[in-house]
Amino acid sequence: MGDILELAEHYSRSGADELVFYDITASPDGRTVDRSWVSRVAKLINIPFCVAGGIRSVADAEEILCKGADKISVNSPALERPELISALAKRFGSQCVVLGVDSLRVDSTWQVYQYTGDASRSTRSSYTTADWITRAQDLGAGEVVLNCMNQDGVRKGYDIEQLSVIQDVCHVPLVASGGAGSIEDFAEVFEKTRVSAALAASVFHDDDIRIPDLKARLGNAGIEVRL
Amino acid sequence: MARTSVAIIDSGGANIASLSNAFDRLDVSSTLTRDAATITNASHVILPGVGTAADAMQRLDESRLSGVIKNLKQPVLGICLGMQLLARSSEEDNTSCLAIVPATVNKLAATPGTPVPNMGWCRVNQVVPHELFSGIADNSWFYFAHSFALAAGEYALATADHENAFTAVMAHENFFGAQFHPERSAEAGARFLRNFLELRS
Repeated sequence: MGDILELAEHYSRSGADELVFYDITASPDGRTVDRSWVSRVAKLINIPFCVAGGIRSVADAEEILCKGADKISVNSPALERPELISALAKRFGSQCVVLGVDSLRVDSTWQVYQYTGDASRSTRSSYTTADWITRAQDLGAGEVVLNCMNQDGVRKGYDIEQLSVIQDVCHVPLVASGGAGSIEDFAEVFEKTRVSAALAASVFHDDDIRIPDLKARLGNAGIEVRL
Repeated sequence: MARTSVAIIDSGGANIASLSNAFDRLDVSSTLTRDAATITNASHVILPGVGTAADAMQRLDESRLSGVIKNLKQPVLGICLGMQLLARSSEEDNTSCLAIVPATVNKLAATPGTPVPNMGWCRVNQVVPHELFSGIADNSWFYFAHSFALAAGEYALATADHENAFTAVMAHENFFGAQFHPERSAEAGARFLRNFLELRS
């Protein structure tokens, strides 16, 4: 807990443009994200704050927003019940509703997976990634975070091929996730795709990349960033 | 000088905590309220907004706050949808709004390079000098999350670029508006809120 607050404040101060708080095992475990962390982090930081993890209803979302989150991100529960997306968008506005998608290459296409927070429960859904993102936008999702599972955790760069295909069906902001290992990986995804943002976790947690260094290098490469 | 007391109008939205947290960080106490007397007696009033224009107007009308807001004489700041509600009307479900500012609210145009909603940090271009920008460099970054906006007009103090330029900050008599979220716009946003609290009736 102390670590989380410390990290959140550190990222907020060092120039991160948004903080996303994931409780990835919440859905496979049937839990909702631990809410006491939400309000303590929200009080501390002055950048946008998105919370994800087992949000299954408008009431779940409302509680998290009341604790100071700006946006909520839904993944597995939206796959179980796609109407959740429209209910959230109607109540809070599309700008509040982020769709998280875990996508894995299967033969010649990409397929959506759910409950990926627990390897033993991770299952392939019936949707291709393009079809699910199209449907979710029709239901009111206002932003998509595409976690490219083939790249996730291997730190060999974002999945440029997949992001290039998906950006053509995604008319709301698309956030690249999965694969960041170096500053050059961030530069590459902004140079080769139209993604609105790039998300990373472990390279920042492990202090392999410092955000001020990253932004300075992106700025020098002609990529417009908030410094 | 009168003591600063901030009333945040409770328009029924859920994500108001961000805003109270921002005032807490400025060491200014704020009250979330629907009470007409509390709102009228505050030194500064914030009109936040979340959800759709039609829902928000309906909630203001139901709590009989539309008339109260129109008659306020102290500095009032509409944030995001709250700013849009100050306009005459919104293209969002063709909603009649508070008609305090002679402006209309239009949907942002979406193109592959400029998706809608506009979610993220944008530079804010100051077009009219104003105390609200004290200590904030021109073209500073602020955080936006919206699909509709006031067209750039004579009430605009600052604009931002999407497919077309839109009003990022507006002023009309004692009514002000920010299309961005100052409460989530890091140091620049905190300074903007502090500058608003320095404005006097």
